[in-house]
Amino acid sequence: MPNLTVNNHPLSVENDCNLSQLIIVAGYAEQTIAVAINGEFIPKAQYSHTDLATGDCVDIVKPIGGG
Amino acid sequence: MNTVNTSASDTLTLYDETFSSRFLLGTALYRSPLQMSEAIQASGTEFITLSLRQQNPQKNDGDAFWQLLKDTGCQLLPNTAGCKTAKEAINLAEMSRELFETPWIKLEVIGDDYNLQPDPFELLIAATELIKRGFKVLPYCTDDLVLCLRLVDAGCQVLMPWGAPIGTGRGLMNKYHLSSLRERISHIPLIIDAGLGSPSQAAAALEMGFDAVLLNTAVATADDPVLMARAFSLAIQAGRSGYLAGLMQRRQTASPSTPILGQPFWHNHPPEHK
Repeated sequence: MPNLTVNNHPLSVENDCNLSQLIIVAGYAEQTIAVAINGEFIPKAQYSHTDLATGDCVDIVKPIGGG
Repeated sequence: MNTVNTSASDTLTLYDETFSSRFLLGTALYRSPLQMSEAIQASGTEFITLSLRQQNPQKNDGDAFWQLLKDTGCQLLPNTAGCKTAKEAINLAEMSRELFETPWIKLEVIGDDYNLQPDPFELLIAATELIKRGFKVLPYCTDDLVLCLRLVDAGCQVLMPWGAPIGTGRGLMNKYHLSSLRERISHIPLIIDAGLGSPSQAAAALEMGFDAVLLNTAVATADDPVLMARAFSLAIQAGRSGYLAGLMQRRQTASPSTPILGQPFWHNHPPEHK
């Protein structure tokens, strides 16, 4: 059971959990997001075949105001 | 009588796209989304900056905010604010391109937390890579001439030197460096980004020949952001008109504008001091 962090919060997921499933588990289903794992951008098209490993740091970001 | 003399043909071209406004506006720090929308409208801007951040999935504010910005009809300019390395900035730029569906990126790579000064070395690495990947890069940079020349060499078709550190409102801190930049890099647009606190400072930037300004704090934190957005817009138009009209040369000594010839009572004037 991989232990990850999602936006700096620890999260345990099932062994065969991929990124698509993680996004649902973490509560971001159908939201406007972009994702990086361990600092590397993951395109949407790769979510369903991106496997997760213990220690992965997942960043899920959303739009916000900026200057 | 036409009171605004910047003509419709005086447009701003960035990466082969044409804009009529020379005012780029940020979307942070407003007291409410409604106030932000009204300020954007009052500014007449066609280009608004925004960012990406981690947010609580239960508070789905990001989607509502995103929809609000799309409704403005403005071109979106995502930033890489907060990034401290080229790698971070490149990855955040890729995330922005996918999410916002735009190749435009305001490239920020910060080298110092105290004054939020861009890191010139990481900035150049990131700009070079992002240009190769097809981004339209608008680098937030210092007014260092050599850095700016290197960014142009890397393929940047627009540069955004700071007026002063972000959020300080101190205006054009180093006019010598900025005027040198304008003189040496005359073939691409230069946008003053950051540090502008008042409309007169924006007008001064345009009078110096800078092509546009980008700001956020001065509008968003004003007592009346909508009125301030309008004030900046008018100042930017005034500064641009002044630049196009051609500013007079400064003189060390006074020179009368009214003709001396025909001056009455000349014989009553006391002799000049020696």
